[in-house]
Amino acid sequence: MSKEHDKGMSLIVKVITRLTVGLILLFGIYIILHGHVSPGGGFAGGVIIALSFVHLMLAYGKDVALKKFPKTAMSFFESMGAILFLSIALLGFTGGYFFLNFISKGEPFRLFSAGTIPLSNIAISLKVGAGLFAIFVVLVLLKFEWEKKE
Amino acid sequence: MIIYLLCLILFCCGLYCILRKRNIIKIILGIIIAEYAVNLFFILVAYRMEGRSPILSSDVEIVNMVDPLPQALVLTAIVIGLATTALMVALAMRIYEKYKTFDITKIKELRG
Amino acid sequence: MIELYVLLIFMIIGAIIAIEMKDILSSVIAVGAVGLGLSIALLILKAPDVAITQLVVEILCLIILIRATLKKDLPFSTTGRWLLNTLITVGFIVVFLFVAIKAFKDLPEFGYPIMRIANTYLKEGLVRTGASNIVASVILDFRAYDTLGEATVLFTAVIGVLAIIRRIGRKKKDEVVEEDDE
Repeated sequence: MSKEHDKGMSLIVKVITRLTVGLILLFGIYIILHGHVSPGGGFAGGVIIALSFVHLMLAYGKDVALKKFPKTAMSFFESMGAILFLSIALLGFTGGYFFLNFISKGEPFRLFSAGTIPLSNIAISLKVGAGLFAIFVVLVLLKFEWEKKE
Repeated sequence: MIIYLLCLILFCCGLYCILRKRNIIKIILGIIIAEYAVNLFFILVAYRMEGRSPILSSDVEIVNMVDPLPQALVLTAIVIGLATTALMVALAMRIYEKYKTFDITKIKELRG
Repeated sequence: MIELYVLLIFMIIGAIIAIEMKDILSSVIAVGAVGLGLSIALLILKAPDVAITQLVVEILCLIILIRATLKKDLPFSTTGRWLLNTLITVGFIVVFLFVAIKAFKDLPEFGYPIMRIANTYLKEGLVRTGASNIVASVILDFRAYDTLGEATVLFTAVIGVLAIIRRIGRKKKDEVVEEDDE
């Protein structure tokens, strides 16, 4: 029991975190995908996905969380989100002008409607989620170094 | 007009905190409060009496909705505010590491 | 609209508590209360998109503030020429309030906005983009340049934080300073 007290928080927090982290991630994905029929969108969903990983890191310590989402994957997802968003914008040139909505818009109120808006939501959410989690990891690592030196 | 005045008083509370406090973290909190006040002011301008939220639904015909344009602007501004706050906190942590204090009256050496 | 006034007064009281507390942890929690009141006020003003975003962004902001500056609460005192400084600050704020109240006379009355362009967005939003959420169609189809600019600003902020925190050590003669990799 003493080995689990080394990093992270107590046992109750770890058990509850194991149950709820997957639900928070699922909720974030739901808000991103339904961004064009109900309130939410890419920004809120991206922040919720970053919050689920922050929750994992706060409860278990930084080694477990960094194993699930390593640093190379963080930089890969962030750059990929930005490149995806720019390529959706540039592909609008095939129809006429920059940022044209060129995919066919289906019937309203369904999930597969509204042209490029769901794809833009997914790209934005990747970028925002990975970037904010990277900021948090770097700030916590610096503080960790402080406490080791003092 | 009273409600605009209350929003402005909230902004002035943040402004007083930026100008008069000596601790860097308190200055950062003042900037955050001023940011909240400005975002609230944008949404207050966009409200319409007896309006509905700007989301269409398939079974009810909605006639008057509130203004959707300032809501789009504020959505962007909130996330940019978070990025600014993170940058300020990173700077504050570096300042603490170098000078061992958060007091702005003791941080006055210009070194290369 | 009485609940809107009550919420605004609650936020002002929370801000005054956050300013005057001597303990930094309590101030951060008071700012969190102000943000929560703002999120509820945004719901009353019929803006659900903005309310969701404000709530989760404020939670992350609180976590960053608390996690990065824990256990460093310093007592700070107001010494020196504090009377003159306080008077000048209060005078500046009074002048600012006076000028702002004069400028408010040009605003339309609360609840009756001028919606010249927004009427076009509301009428043709569903037909031209196919999205039911009109705010989403505004930020991702009618005004997508602003979203591109905001993505760039976020990217720059992440790079900035990483550049500030990363330490490039100088190798002294006998010891090796380890590098804090990004």
